[in-house]
Formats: sequence, structure tokens, C-alpha cells
Amino acid sequence: MQSQHHMLPLVVIGASYVVDGKAIIEDVSFTIHEAGLTALLGPNGAGKSSLLKLCHGLLPLSAGSIRWGDADVQEVQRRQAMVFQRPVLLRRSAAENIEHVLKLRGASAGERARVIEESLDWAGLAGIADMPARKLSGGEQQSLTIARAWALNPEVLLLDEPTANLDPAATRRVEDLIRSFAGAGKKIIMATHNIAQAQRLADEVLFLNHGRLLEHAPAEQFMSGPSDPLAARFIAGELVD
Amino acid sequence: MNEFSNAFRTALQLLVEMDPGLFEIVLLSLRVSLSAVILAAVFALPLGAFVALTAFPGRRSVVILMNAMMSLPPVVVGLVIYLLLSRTGPLGVTGLLFTPTAMIIAQCVLVFPIIAALTRQTVFDLHEEYDEYLRSVGAGTWQKITTLLWDGRARLLTAILAGFGRAIAEVGAVIIVGGNILHSTRVMTTTIALETSKGDLGMALGLGIILVLIAVIVNTAVVTIGGGASRRTV
Repeated sequence: MQSQHHMLPLVVIGASYVVDGKAIIEDVSFTIHEAGLTALLGPNGAGKSSLLKLCHGLLPLSAGSIRWGDADVQEVQRRQAMVFQRPVLLRRSAAENIEHVLKLRGASAGERARVIEESLDWAGLAGIADMPARKLSGGEQQSLTIARAWALNPEVLLLDEPTANLDPAATRRVEDLIRSFAGAGKKIIMATHNIAQAQRLADEVLFLNHGRLLEHAPAEQFMSGPSDPLAARFIAGELVD
Repeated sequence: MNEFSNAFRTALQLLVEMDPGLFEIVLLSLRVSLSAVILAAVFALPLGAFVALTAFPGRRSVVILMNAMMSLPPVVVGLVIYLLLSRTGPLGVTGLLFTPTAMIIAQCVLVFPIIAALTRQTVFDLHEEYDEYLRSVGAGTWQKITTLLWDGRARLLTAILAGFGRAIAEVGAVIIVGGNILHSTRVMTTTIALETSKGDLGMALGLGIILVLIAVIVNTAVVTIGGGASRRTV
């Protein structure tokens, strides 16, 4: 699968993120060439979330560089969308939550109405357009944040543990949306500590622990036998710290 | 006790008969306090949000000052505005002393810090939650402010009502800058002070009942809106 994706390759060189002298991300380098879904896998506290936010420009690099294909630093965020572990939803209706991002992008009223309807339909949320977003179930809330991301038509979607707080049924629903997103040719990078989820969704895996990148491999290869011993223990279901 | 029941009877009579003198005073009170609160809110809401969102040198001092000004003594505010507006004062040429406008200015000064400080706190808390989302979708400062003000609307309305409660119940400032002139600057609180000192307790008590009623209505609104807001945020 050779990519025509304009934000690829993602080239990360020597990236570090240090807070109060403590390295959250330490000298991480990798290159992502292909579209599809890349899983940032690792135990809690591995630095997955921070790496994702560094890639999205929400956190400042302490050292190193991150470059997205042909994108200028200023336009990286505009061409991407990010979904957080705890859904950040405005105190408004589901439809108005989507309208908010479209307004920020300067979409006309007609355009907004069309995209809102299309996005809610896409996420199977058409019936709850007028419900207050924060009264929705956990699964509906996360589906709505993904529908909101979809409405922006980003080239890259960044997902931070999107199903960590969801039950199996809601998780399936959200994973279906993620697959549909990937099917539309978007690049997806997803942080997860859930091996089974990475197995279900990922095309390639970046395995992190204590802020360091320990392995970068195609998902199939990684799952059947990671070369890093710690990754092997993690896959085997051991508690890694 | 007998005096009290007499006063109470007179008060009820004035209320039931909708005494024009009494209602003129009530209406002026509402006009002055509502104008003061609306004027204060128009400036205090954006300012509070701006202080919450923007890092600038001396922000801590500004926050402390805003919080401290919430308990400004009305008589002192009245005195300062009196000095500014009096014939020999810097704003004496405006001729505003002893007019309802002067009273609106005084109450606006009293209410402004309340709304600004509570807005800052509300927006600050909400921003903690929305910050990453707003940055991710590329919201500018003004877009952040409008988003946070709208989403904090329930708590902000509570702040505005709290400001109104302070304005309508306040006597020290309006009596100094308004002068308690009949048919011109006489409001409920100043009338109560005057009529009580004159011994006309019926009028004073009638207005007192209305003031308490307004306080009850405002606080019911605060509880209702506040309760609704906290349910929505769960």
C-alpha cells in the first residue's frame, strides 16, 4: 500500500518531552510512510498520549523534530483532528457540537447544515442530533467526537485511548467508526494499552515503554513475535512496568 | 408589637391597592439596578474571560484585586463617585450628581467586580476542560472567549443575578449619589431608611416586603438555574 497521502511520511527525529527534569518522551525516532492505522501500544504511563499530542502540536517538543509530509508547522493542526480519551463535548446539542468546529473553519450556513447531517448519519447519531451532548451515553459521546472529527474532513486522525472508558458494545461501535475513517484513506494514529484492540485494528505497531520507543513493526509481525523482550512479555499478558 | 401589626396592615394596604407612590419607587429601583447590572455585565463578562485565558504580567494581582473588590463598601463607592460628580469634581460639568444615572454608575461599580471575578473563575474552570479541544481545532482567543462564555452560561447567569441582588439591596451608595429626592432618585432602600427615621413604618415595611420578595425570586432563579446547570454537566 504505497501512500499518496500528503501528510506522509511522518518523520520524527530524536523527539523528547521533558517536564520538570523528568523525560516523558525520550529520544524517540521513527518514520511512518503508509496510510492505514498505526497503534501506539504500551502500558499506562508509557508516554503514548504525550507522543500523540507532540505529533499534533498540543505539546511543545523539548528536543528533536516532527515533520508531517509537506505540511507547514502552522497548518498541521488544521489538517488533522484529534479525539481524546475523555470526550471533550461542549454544553450544547450533538448537532451544535459539530457546528462549532465547522464555524471555526468558516463554513457557510448551508455547508454546515449539510456536513452536520452527513456526519451524524455517518456515525449513526442522526436520531440524537438535538440531544444535549453531555447527556448521551459514553459510547454515543465518543462516537460524537469522532463524527465531529469526520466533519472536519482531516487528512490525519489522532485517537488517544478512544475506548478506554467504554463497555464492549460501545467499543465495537467506536471501532467500526475508526475502521470506516481508515477506509476513507485517512491516516490514523491511535494510542492504546489494549493489545486485543491493536490486533483488531492496527496495520503497524509502535511499542513504547517509559517514554522510549522499543519496537516499530508491522502489526502481524509484532503480534506473532516481537523482537523486544519487554514487548514479548507485554503481549503475553504480563504486567509490564 | 401593636406598632408592628399596624405597620404591617398599612404595608399590605399599600401593596394591595397598588399605591402609585410605592410603585413609582419600585420601578425606579428596578430600572436603576437592572441598568447597572446589564452595563456591568457587558464589560465584566469579556474582561473576566480575557483575564482567565490570557497570561500577562501582573495577572495574579489583577485576580486578587478583582476578588477583593467584590466586597467594596457601598458608602465608599458612593463617596468617591460623589466627589467625582460634584460640581467642583473632575466630572462636575456632566451635571449627573443626584440623578438616576449617577445611581446607575455607582451600582455598576459595585456589581462589576462581582460579575468579573465570578466570570474569571467560571471560564478558568471550563477552560481546563476545553483547552486541548479548542487548541486542536484552532480556535483563536476571541473564539475561545465566546465558546467558554456561552458554555458557562448557566453559572454566568447566576453571577449576574448575584450582582443584581447586591445592587437592588444596596443603600449606602445610591443615597449619597442620588440624594433620595422624591419622584426623582428615591428607590426602595433609600425610602425605607428615610420613612423609618420619619416613623412612617407602613411605607417602609411595604417596600421591605417587596425587597424580600425580589430577593426570594432572584435566589429561586439562582437555585433553579444552578441546579439545571449542574445536572447538565454530569
